[in-house]
Amino acid sequence: MSGNDEVPVEEIPSVVIRLVGDSGDGMQLTGGELTRAAALAGNDIATFPDFPAEIRAPAGSLAGVSGFQLQFSSGEIFTAGDAPDVMVVMNPAALRTNIRDLEKGGLLIVDTGAFKAKNLELAGYAENPLEDGSLADYRLVVVDISKHVTLTLKGEGLSTKDVFRTRNFYALGLLFWLYGRSPEAELEAIHRKFAKRPEIANANSKVFQAGFNFGETAELFESAYRVAPAKLPAGEYRNITGNEASALAILAAGRLADKPIFYGSYPITPASDILHYLSAQPRYGVTAFQAEDEIAAVTASIGASFGGSIAITGTSGPGFALKQEGIGLAVIAELPLVVINVQRAGPSTGMPTKPEQSDLMQALYGRNGESPVAIVAPSTPADCFDSMLDAIRIAVEHMCPVVYLSDATLANGAEPWRIPAPESLQPIQVNHRIEADGFSPYIRDPNTLARVWAVPGTPGLEHRIGGLEKEDGSGNVSYDPENHQHMTHIRQAKIDRIADRLPPAEIFGDPEGDLLLVGWGSTFGPLRQATIALRDQGHAVSHMHLRFLNPLQSNVSEALLKFRRVLVAEMNMGQLRTLLRDRFLVDAKGLNKMQGQPFQIREVVHAARELLTEVPAETIK
Amino acid sequence: MSSNVLTRKDFISDQAVRWCPGCGDYAILAQVQKVMPELGIDRENIVFVSGIGCASRFPYYMNTYGFHTIHGRAPAVATGLHLARPDLSVWVVTGDGDALSIGGNHLIHMLRRNVDLKILLFNNKVYGLTKGQFSPTSNQGMKTKSSPFGSKARPFSTLALALGAEATFVARTVDTETQHLQEMIRRLANHRGSAFLEILQNCPVFNDGVYEDLKDRKIKSDHLLILENGEPLVYGADSNRELRLDTSAMRLYPARRDLSDDSVEVRHNEAAPDASLAMMLARAEGEDYPVPLGVLRAVREPTFEELSLAEGQAQRDAHGEGTLAELLYSPDRWKVD
Ligand SMILES: Cc1ncc(C[n+]2csc(CCOP(=O)(O)OP(=O)(O)O)c2C)c(N)n1
Ligand code: SF4
Ligand SMILES: [Mg+2]
Repeated sequence: MSGNDEVPVEEIPSVVIRLVGDSGDGMQLTGGELTRAAALAGNDIATFPDFPAEIRAPAGSLAGVSGFQLQFSSGEIFTAGDAPDVMVVMNPAALRTNIRDLEKGGLLIVDTGAFKAKNLELAGYAENPLEDGSLADYRLVVVDISKHVTLTLKGEGLSTKDVFRTRNFYALGLLFWLYGRSPEAELEAIHRKFAKRPEIANANSKVFQAGFNFGETAELFESAYRVAPAKLPAGEYRNITGNEASALAILAAGRLADKPIFYGSYPITPASDILHYLSAQPRYGVTAFQAEDEIAAVTASIGASFGGSIAITGTSGPGFALKQEGIGLAVIAELPLVVINVQRAGPSTGMPTKPEQSDLMQALYGRNGESPVAIVAPSTPADCFDSMLDAIRIAVEHMCPVVYLSDATLANGAEPWRIPAPESLQPIQVNHRIEADGFSPYIRDPNTLARVWAVPGTPGLEHRIGGLEKEDGSGNVSYDPENHQHMTHIRQAKIDRIADRLPPAEIFGDPEGDLLLVGWGSTFGPLRQATIALRDQGHAVSHMHLRFLNPLQSNVSEALLKFRRVLVAEMNMGQLRTLLRDRFLVDAKGLNKMQGQPFQIREVVHAARELLTEVPAETIK
Repeated sequence: MSSNVLTRKDFISDQAVRWCPGCGDYAILAQVQKVMPELGIDRENIVFVSGIGCASRFPYYMNTYGFHTIHGRAPAVATGLHLARPDLSVWVVTGDGDALSIGGNHLIHMLRRNVDLKILLFNNKVYGLTKGQFSPTSNQGMKTKSSPFGSKARPFSTLALALGAEATFVARTVDTETQHLQEMIRRLANHRGSAFLEILQNCPVFNDGVYEDLKDRKIKSDHLLILENGEPLVYGADSNRELRLDTSAMRLYPARRDLSDDSVEVRHNEAAPDASLAMMLARAEGEDYPVPLGVLRAVREPTFEELSLAEGQAQRDAHGEGTLAELLYSPDRWKVD
């Protein structure tokens, strides 16, 4: 057996790998395992899973292609990378839909065993692309994985189908060898993951090891690679997706407030994982309620909030539309409520597994009446934790609904998260009114204007609330014209005053210059990385990423005015841009992408440079 | 807390009641306020939740906690409230439009889950608040502003719907039968699980007289069948009529007790685990049929709240109360120095 030492080992700063195959090929699982290994090895990581909405699109079809892209790096990274350096392809359909993204000269690893006539035809290939020279631009490595796994598992008594389904672990073994990952931890993980089916655990382990060995012995690659650990700040880390971080923060909030949590939801991609996560954790004092629809999910949550729970309801765009009347009730009843919208491409059912940021206006203005709510948007998977805690604090301290706008990229994307020390997390203050003297349901805190939160079970505070307009103070039903004008202003002022508690929006780069890149939500990674690239090229570019969209932080207006140009990059037609132009009369330009795909760094750099060249040379100094 | 003896007056709020003169809702309010003190529940532990409609104004008039929510959603709001606060006594007040049209989905799912809520459905067979359109319980052919030539769809059989949704307690009464109404409210209060009470209610403005047969002293005994547990289904001024089982068609039919035929006498059994008899009673409708009043079904099954609490307890017993540290420090974490 020839050893690893015969193949040169090259140190590289980072690598972008994309795994593509049929939905049934286990690409998401493989990607997750590779991510974990990179995280454990101390790399900085970012992932972008990209899968079809159809659970069972016909095998081998173009519609059924599932992908998982990850970048691991020895330096700080913010995205899963623009174009992959390495692509692992499990069938012809996956090749066809993805190959155009691979960097020229990139490494292309293909399972030739899947390139049979039927699959080629399903992918629309007249000729086998592995043989017609069309892949000459890439470093093609062909392995008949299908055959190798069959040989490896001969005599194991597994069905042909089960054998075929181990191919992803073979590919994983190959990649482990290629990047010098230790196989031991993975072998353990396989046994844990498939504990219920020992024969499958056994088969996957064998195949994984075989893939690893094949890398070592077959001299397929001119080099193996090593990516050194990143210099991450010291601390304990775990790998986390946005949905996990959101759910974790919800459970943490229960402990920080010492209150029960209610989570009302109706299953919908890409929000369901939050429901799944919380459903498994009743011991943390969470009641996860799978309602009959989104209307029930939001209104049940409002009922729980009336009862004194910290109430959260989660969904995606179509479900958010259904919740709007309920959110209006929480606005007028002035009850705390967090509404999660894990946005996806719309309108209507749209593209359920693909990201978009097109519900900002729906969150701001999608209800009847003047109906202001607070809006918080996390910017990275790990940031979902802090953003969710912010959303919950605002809701309970200001007695209002807070919309939390995540999206499909954040929901499923993963990155290392430096675990906060439990004692470093601020307790959440919840004050329920107990004092009966001088009580009426709509008396307010003079600073925040939050009304009192009086919960059933408290003697002497019996009162009635509801969707009819209230007289300020007493909470009695009122049709008085002056009162309605007053209450409309109060509800707005209550939201506006949240700005008093917010830190200033952070400007990355200089506080003034030629161009301010503005974004919100999941575009953080590409915008930040593009800003770094532009600054490296000598441009006076800064980046402001907004976590708070309503109210806007008090320095936003001033920050915008300090730059000659403002470019708002969003995965929509310009919703934040419209808002900023409306609020501040700034001539903000837009970079708008509606492809169900995150921005690439180079797209942002390109748009920024175009705008910069229009700017007269001298800058305001 | 307030363990001093409560009276009817304690349950009257300071809000002026705004229903039309003669509305059946007044009688229902009065009887609820009368029965409440008997239940031995402190006012602060009682919550009335309603949707939208004339009926749904009810919570404003009760000096308890109350939530007048949005159209059709009261069962969902109440479900969330009671899951969060199973210590409370939560009542849902709704109308035929609120509960069976816009909120039909929530109603059936609340019943199916057996959430421990008391539902008072005021059925006036019309949309009162929006001024008189036909509702899902309106008699077919009813002429209203939105059905000038007569409504086309058939009405729901309210109780059959509730039974079909697996309700564990199903009963019916009439706004004018004071004693019976009180008794039904008591029964409702004492049931554990979803308790559904249909109250036939007159809307003198938009549907006056729909229940006239049940109210006219001269004829009502021929039209009302008061269910008594364990007793045959006898009614009529001279107790000479009976709903009997026609075994060939498997249906209840109105028979004369002085004439014998092939049919079988049925004794009411509200606690029958099987809902077939209750369903037959709910479906005993037609020209010659009496309207059954009383408890069609009352069975004890685990409530949603009980199951939810038990689930939490089992998880805590097996894995302990989750701590913040346990939550954050997952086993797959790693350290960077
Ligand atoms: C979303 C919504 N749609 C429509 C209405 C108008 N609306 C108010 S009450 C009502 C019907 C009420 O009928 P019912 O439940 O039978 O109550 P009743 O007034 O007869 O007691 C309607 C359609 C509304 N308030 N909200
Ligand atoms: S409209 Fe009918 S139901 Fe409504 S208050 Fe008047 S009488 Fe009662
Ligand atoms: Mg009605």
